Amino acid sequence: MSRASRITTILRDAFAPDVLEVLDDSERHRGHSGYREGGETHYRVRIRAAVFDGVGRIECQRRIHKALAGEFASGLHALSLDAGGSGRPVGR
Amino acid sequence: MADAKETIGAEIGENDVVLFMKGTSAMPQCGFSSRVAGVLNYLNVDFKDVNVLADEAIRQGIKEYSDWPTIPQLYVKGEFVGGCDIITEMTLSGELDQLFDEKGVAYDKAAANKIRESNRAS
Repeated sequence: MSRASRITTILRDAFAPDVLEVLDDSERHRGHSGYREGGETHYRVRIRAAVFDGVGRIECQRRIHKALAGEFASGLHALSLDAGGSGRPVGR
Repeated sequence: MADAKETIGAEIGENDVVLFMKGTSAMPQCGFSSRVAGVLNYLNVDFKDVNVLADEAIRQGIKEYSDWPTIPQLYVKGEFVGGCDIITEMTLSGELDQLFDEKGVAYDKAAANKIRESNRAS
């Protein structure tokens, strides 16, 4: 299973999000620090979940980091997060 | 590791604004670090850059210290503010200005407005 699928499953199970987009951005970082052959190092995640309503930004990201601790331990290098409660607008 | 935590604590205690980053303010080694250092430089904020690539103990230590798995990490007056996503968002929303105002950190307000204007335009 790809890391993207694992991240998706983990976040879906942990937070029951309304919006969840997981993008493997590793190729864009080819040659940069942290890139490994085979990729699966750099990800972008957009998530909206009711459980994050009223939760501060740092706490919200910490919860996501915690849920993905196993992925960080196994080579996830960078995680760009656009995270928040269900009320947070999607897209900029 | 105790030494690394002491060093980290000292950096944060002695400097109003500290950016733990990959590379230096003048020579960032990572896009995310580069973006945050770029914002601080553009806002003319006097900050201490700590290059985590120069010291493996600091690189691991800061992750535990902040309970945050990624670099860069910004501290203002001893308080953890966040990483690249959070700083970017706070810059665009004006919350970073607010934080600097509250904490008494000098910055170029006009430059901050300029960032926001050019991001609205694009």
